[in-house]
Amino acid sequence: MISSLYLKREDLPFDLFELDLSRADDSQLLQLSRELGLALNLEEMRECKRYFSERGRNPTDVELQGIGQTWSEHCYHKTFKGEVLVGRKKVRLFKDYIARATEELSLPWCISVFEDNAGIVEFEDGYAIAAKVETHNHPSAIEPFGGAATGVGGVIRDILGVWGYPVANTDVLCFGPLDYDYDRLPRGVKHPKYVMRGVTAGIGCYGNNMGIPTVNGAIYFDESYVGNVVVYCGCVGILPIEAYVKDTKPGDVAVLVGGRTGRDGIHGVTFASAELTEESEKVSRPAVQIADPIEEEKLRRAILRVREERLGSGITDLGGGGISCAACEMARRSGCGIHVELDKVPLKYPNMAPWEIWISESQERMFLSVPPENLRRVLEIFESEDVEATPIGRFVEGGKVMVDYLGHRVADVDLDFLFSPPRVKRRAKWKMPRRVEPEFPQPRRMTRILLRVLSAPNIASKESVIRTYDHEVQGNTVIKPLGRRGGPNDAAVLKPLRSSWRGVVISCGMNPNYGKIDLYWSAAAGIEEAIRNCVAVGGRRIALLDNFTWGNPEKPRQLGALVRACKACYDFSKAFGTPFISGKDSLYNESPLGPVTPTLLITAIGIIPDVRRAVSAEVKRPGDSIYVLGKTYQELGGSEYYRLLGFLGKRVPKVRPDRSRRIMRSLTRAIDLGYVRACHDLSEGGIGVAISEMVLGGEWGAELDLRKVPTEAKRDDFILFSESNGRFLVEVPAKARAKFERLMRGCTYSKIGEVTENRRLSIRGLDGKRIIHVEVEALENAWRKPLGGS
Amino acid sequence: MEEALRGIVMGEPRVCVLRVGGTNCDVETKEALHESGAKAEIVHLNELVKKGDLLLYDALVIPGGFSHGDHVRAGAILGKRIISVMSRELEEFIEDRRPILGICNGFQVLVEMGLLPGFSGISDSPEAALAINDSAKFECRWVYLRHENRGKCIFTRKLEEGEIVSMPVAHSEGKFVFPKEKEKSCLRRLIKSDQLVFRYCDEHGNAADGRYPENPNGSFYNIAGICDPSGTIFGLMPHPERAYYGIQLPDWTAMGKAPRYADGKLIFESMVEYLRGR
Repeated sequence: MISSLYLKREDLPFDLFELDLSRADDSQLLQLSRELGLALNLEEMRECKRYFSERGRNPTDVELQGIGQTWSEHCYHKTFKGEVLVGRKKVRLFKDYIARATEELSLPWCISVFEDNAGIVEFEDGYAIAAKVETHNHPSAIEPFGGAATGVGGVIRDILGVWGYPVANTDVLCFGPLDYDYDRLPRGVKHPKYVMRGVTAGIGCYGNNMGIPTVNGAIYFDESYVGNVVVYCGCVGILPIEAYVKDTKPGDVAVLVGGRTGRDGIHGVTFASAELTEESEKVSRPAVQIADPIEEEKLRRAILRVREERLGSGITDLGGGGISCAACEMARRSGCGIHVELDKVPLKYPNMAPWEIWISESQERMFLSVPPENLRRVLEIFESEDVEATPIGRFVEGGKVMVDYLGHRVADVDLDFLFSPPRVKRRAKWKMPRRVEPEFPQPRRMTRILLRVLSAPNIASKESVIRTYDHEVQGNTVIKPLGRRGGPNDAAVLKPLRSSWRGVVISCGMNPNYGKIDLYWSAAAGIEEAIRNCVAVGGRRIALLDNFTWGNPEKPRQLGALVRACKACYDFSKAFGTPFISGKDSLYNESPLGPVTPTLLITAIGIIPDVRRAVSAEVKRPGDSIYVLGKTYQELGGSEYYRLLGFLGKRVPKVRPDRSRRIMRSLTRAIDLGYVRACHDLSEGGIGVAISEMVLGGEWGAELDLRKVPTEAKRDDFILFSESNGRFLVEVPAKARAKFERLMRGCTYSKIGEVTENRRLSIRGLDGKRIIHVEVEALENAWRKPLGGS
Repeated sequence: MEEALRGIVMGEPRVCVLRVGGTNCDVETKEALHESGAKAEIVHLNELVKKGDLLLYDALVIPGGFSHGDHVRAGAILGKRIISVMSRELEEFIEDRRPILGICNGFQVLVEMGLLPGFSGISDSPEAALAINDSAKFECRWVYLRHENRGKCIFTRKLEEGEIVSMPVAHSEGKFVFPKEKEKSCLRRLIKSDQLVFRYCDEHGNAADGRYPENPNGSFYNIAGICDPSGTIFGLMPHPERAYYGIQLPDWTAMGKAPRYADGKLIFESMVEYLRGR
C-alpha cells in the first residue's frame, strides 16, 4: 500500500480518506486503482487526477469509489459505447448496430427502448409490456445459490423500476458437462454439478417465493462453462402506460425503500468487470449479495400501491453500484442535481464507512423520487406493508451530486464529469477459424442414433429442473413450459389481464456451438430461433432482447467475434422487422480454464390477439397430416448430431430471412384460422428430435417419409438431423389440408407424414425402407431419464 | 355483524382473503371467489388487526404463498400470529360455522394453528404436519385427485363421492403426515368422521399408493386435503384457483376448444352456495 497517498481526515468523527492523486505517478495511480478495488485503467485514473487537480483538491474515497462504479464496464458498458477499430473502420457496437436497427425500424409500438431499466412496448388498451434480461455470471460462479437468486431479484426490480407488475420470469443457464472429471478442475473452480444445483435452487427460491411464475428458459452444456457459468435471468411485467411516470423535479424527496444496507455486494460491479481467478472466491465473496425474496415481495406490494395512487415522480432500482449509481443516474436523467445525506441510510450493522454505504449493493432496495406533498402518504404505505422507507436526500437545481455524512461534505462531483468517462478505444481482429466438414459413412442403426441424440444433455428433458420452478402461480400461464405428459413447448403464453384474451408470448434462442464456426451465423440463428419459437405458438409483433456473455474485450480476437455478432444483430433485426428494445452485456468471462464460448442469448417478446388460438407442440389426433415448412439444407456444422459423433464441422446453418418471413406470415395466418393443431419449431436435433418431442408429448404416434422432405441433402442422417433454420413441423387436420396448402402457396412446404393411432414412431428413409421404428415409450425414456425427469 | 348480514341478504357473501408478507396467491384467489359470486377482499393481517374485524366477513380464505418466508416451518409463523392476535374472534367465527379455506400455504397454516384435523376442537399444538416432499424439492405439476368426502365438507358439495378432478400442486412441503405411532388411529378417526376430502390418484381414479409423481410429495394415505369434523374448515395442497378456467388446464389445446371452466371452480362455488344458503 502506498500509505503516503492515503490521507486520513483526522478532524472527522468517522473514517474518511483523501487520496493524494496530485502526487501520484502513473504506476501509483494504477496501484491505487487496484488497492481500492476501482478497476479503473490508467487513462481513467489520469482523468480523475486532472478533474480534481483543476479543482485544487484531492478526491475522497467516497468520490473515487463512486466514479469507479459509474465508469465500470458493468455500469457504463464502455466496450459497447466506445470505439472499436476493425481494420481501418471505426464502429460503435451499440450505436452502429444494436440501436441502429431499432431506430431505422422506428416502430410505433415501441414505447421506451434502451433508455430505462427495461424495454417497454405496447400491449393493448392502455397497457404496456416491460421486459428485461440480466446476466449474473460472476456471482453465480463464486456462490451459485446466492448469485443466481440475487440475479432474479435484480431483474425483478428492473421491472418494478419502470412501475411494472412482474408477471413472468425466464432463465437461461449454461453449465459445464455434469460428468466433468473432478481431477481436472483447477483450484477455485466449482464442479458443474454443484454449480447447477445451487443456481437452479437459487432461481426457483426467488421466483417461487415472490409468486412470479418462471415460464421459459433453457439449460445448455459446454466445456467452456466449467470455469465460467452463465446465468441469464429475465423478467416480464405489465403496466398501465399512463403509470409510466418519470418526472423527477428539483425539490422532490429522494426516498430509499426496502432492505437495509450492509457490506454484502461491495464492489460487485468492478468484480463483474474483471476476469475470475483462483483468488476470486476469497477476494470477491463479499461482492455477492444476500437474497431475501420476501422483502422484495413486500417491496413490490408497496411500490405498486404507490403507483396506483400516482404518488411518485420517478423510480429506479438499486443494483450495480448501489445508491451511488441509482442516485446519480436518476438525477442525471431528470436534469437535476442531488443532495444525499448518507447517515440517514438504515444499516444492517453500525460502523460502515461512508464509501461502503455509498456503493453497497445490498439487495431488495429501490429508490423513489417523491414530491414533498406526497411524502407522508408514501411513507404510510410502506409502513403498512412492513417495509422501511427513508428520505435520504433531495433533488436540487444544478448538475452536481453532493453527499454529506454527519454534516460533513464527503463528495461533491459534477454529473457531467461523472457521465463522460474517457471513451474507450479498442482494436478488433477477426479471422474465420479454419474448419472442415467431416467425411464419414452413414451409420446403419438410425434408431439407436436418434435415441442417443435425444439423450444428449442439450436435448434431453429439463423437467427435473422446470418442475422446481412454479410456472403456474398468478394463474395466467396458458401455454406452459411442459404439457400434461411432459412434452416441451416452444414458447410460453400468458394471459396477464383479466379483462382481455390478449396474450404475451415469451421465447428464446441461443446457439453457442455455431459460434465456434462463425459468430455471425450463430447470432443470426439465435435471432431466428427466438422468433420461430414465438411464431410456433401463435406469437407475432415481436420485440427482441440481446444478452451477450463474452470473454475479455481487450483481446482483439474476442472483440472481433463480438463485432461480428453485433453486425448480425443489426442485419437480422432489420430483416425480420423485430427491434431490439433492451439488452445487457457481460464481458470479461474468463477463468483459469480460458474464455467462455461467446454466448448470445436472444429473448423474444411477442403478442397473440386471442390466447384461445395458441398452439402447443404435441400431436393431437390420429389421421392428421404432418407437414414440414421450409427447406432442409445440408447444414450440420455445430449440430447436436455432429457433436454426438465428435465433430464440429463447417457448414453452419444460415438464415434466409425473406423465405423465413414468408413462411412465418403464412403460418401465423393458418394458426389464426384454426388450421394448425400442433406446431413445433425445428432447431437442435432437426426433424428427428422435433417429431420425437411431438409424439412423446401426445398420446399417439407418427409415420414420416424422408423422401417427401424438400431438401438438397442426399443422406437420411443429414435430412433427419440437419439444423437448417426457417423450418417448422405442423400438424394439420385432414379437413383443413386444402385450405392450409392454399395459404402456404409460395412457401417451401411438404406433407411428410401423419399422426398414427399406435404409439410408435416410424420413419422411412430415402430408399423407401424403414430406418426408424420405435415405441414412443423408448423415445420418452431416452429423452426424460438422462437429467432425472419423472 | 350487521354489514355481514346485509351481504348475505344481497346474495353476495363477503370473503376475507388474508395476506401477510410472502403471501402470493391472493389476487387469483380473490378473482376465483369473485367469479363464483362472492365479494372478496384482500386484507393484510395488519389491517385486519388495526381497524377491521374478522366477524365482518362471512368466510375466511388463507391463500398460497410463503407467509413470512416459511421460516421455522411452512405456515408456522402466520398460524401463531393469527391465534395470538384474534383467537377470540376466530373461535366465534368457527362456532358460527363460517367457512375457513386454506390453500397450499393456507393449509399449512391451518394445521399449524391446530384447526386441522381438529379432532376435538382447536388443538394447542399441531396434530399433523405437512413435511418436506419425499423428492426433497419443490414440485410444480398437475395431479389427479379423488373426492372421498361423503357429504360433510361444505367445500365439495358440488362433487360426487369418487369423482376425479385435476389441479396443480406447487410446494416443497406438502407431505401430509400424522405422528407415526398414531397414524392408524388418526386415519380411522379421519374416515369415521368424514374428514377425508381429496386423495392423490392416477387419471383413472386408482389410488396413487404412494407412487411418484401421482402422489407428488409422499403424503400418508395419499392425502391431499382434509376438513375438520364440522366440515366448515378445509385445507388442501393443490391449487383450485389455478384450475378455475379451462385455459389454465395443461392440455386444453388438445381438447379442440378450451372448456370455459375447470374443476377448481366447483370448490369456490360449493363454498359460495353454502354461504348463500345460510
